[in-house]
Amino acid sequence: MPELAAEVERLNLIIAIGGMPVRVNTTDPAFLDILQDRYSGFLGSAERAEIEFDVDVTVPVYPVPDIGVRVTQRLGRWSLQAGDFLAEWEPASRTGRIRQTANPYSIDAVLRIVHTLVLAQQGGFLAHSASAIRNGKAFLFAGVSGAGKTTISRLAPPDVTLLTDEISYVRKQDSGYIAYGTPFTGELAKLGENVSAPLAALYLLAQGSENRIDPIPPGEAARSLLANLLFFAEDEELVQSMFHSAFEFVSRVPVSRLTFVPDSRVWELIG
Amino acid sequence: MSRLYVARNPRVAARSLDGEMMIMSGRDSTLFTLNKTATILWQSADGTTPLDEIVEHRICQEFEVEPAEALHDAETLARELASHEIIQISEEPIPQPNPAAGESR
Repeated sequence: MPELAAEVERLNLIIAIGGMPVRVNTTDPAFLDILQDRYSGFLGSAERAEIEFDVDVTVPVYPVPDIGVRVTQRLGRWSLQAGDFLAEWEPASRTGRIRQTANPYSIDAVLRIVHTLVLAQQGGFLAHSASAIRNGKAFLFAGVSGAGKTTISRLAPPDVTLLTDEISYVRKQDSGYIAYGTPFTGELAKLGENVSAPLAALYLLAQGSENRIDPIPPGEAARSLLANLLFFAEDEELVQSMFHSAFEFVSRVPVSRLTFVPDSRVWELIG
Repeated sequence: MSRLYVARNPRVAARSLDGEMMIMSGRDSTLFTLNKTATILWQSADGTTPLDEIVEHRICQEFEVEPAEALHDAETLARELASHEIIQISEEPIPQPNPAAGESR
């Protein structure tokens, strides 16, 4: 008797950002191609993923409703919702499901959110900052849009390894912090290198008429870091964790203001 | 005249760093930096000490200010902090579920 329905091939790949392998399952080969292209350099081959997402690729509906991003938790299950995706994730089972169209932006948003949730419980974070490695040490350059994250990334000399020009990935480890490369890009539109290094300093960017580094008071350091953290969840416990993590960070990592003119000599001060 | 009691909201995160008290609302992640008077009020807000006693014993000791004026200002401040859900205010003592909750680390 002939089979009435053909078996649907289940495709998957591993996206490993910050040393955390996430398996993405899909039945859509075109979507898989999109992911392979988007996360080139961050594709892993781990047997056991830390998180596994099944992606239901849906038909586009226009216009996409602009409802912002809502991240809530109920009974151990996170719900992630925006105009262009709907996702669920259960940390206990390490599994989740994403409904989205075949585009790289929606899953990118989901991954950022999930990484912030995981990191928040471990004392780490994602931050609006460029980051780079020089002489085996990592440096963060934080600032709002227009502060110079892309500029300082573009000015980096050849011995500097760029981790990201837009969103830095910081994981707490023992007595210090490790910065990882990310595929989350800004204006430079260039994926960071998938490498990591111990974090040596956080610089708060300011553009001025000379290159100089100035110390800043601890309170201002904490406030500035908090202002640059990515966090989406409406969850009091995690908000408190993020708050205390920021203070822990500024007590361990030197934070300074880096004023710079937009030319490559600023890198003479770094590393 | 009724007395006012103030208590720290255990659902906010608070830290004192280099003399600055910073508080983040767990509800909407808003960050507040308290001035010196608000810091004293926050630190004294145990739910059982009336506001007038906090003013008399802590605020008037710290600043050269008339007690009546200081109490008026402290009530205004307390209501403002309460509007942001940083503290709770009541005309009755406020039981604290966990005495350590809400204290700065």
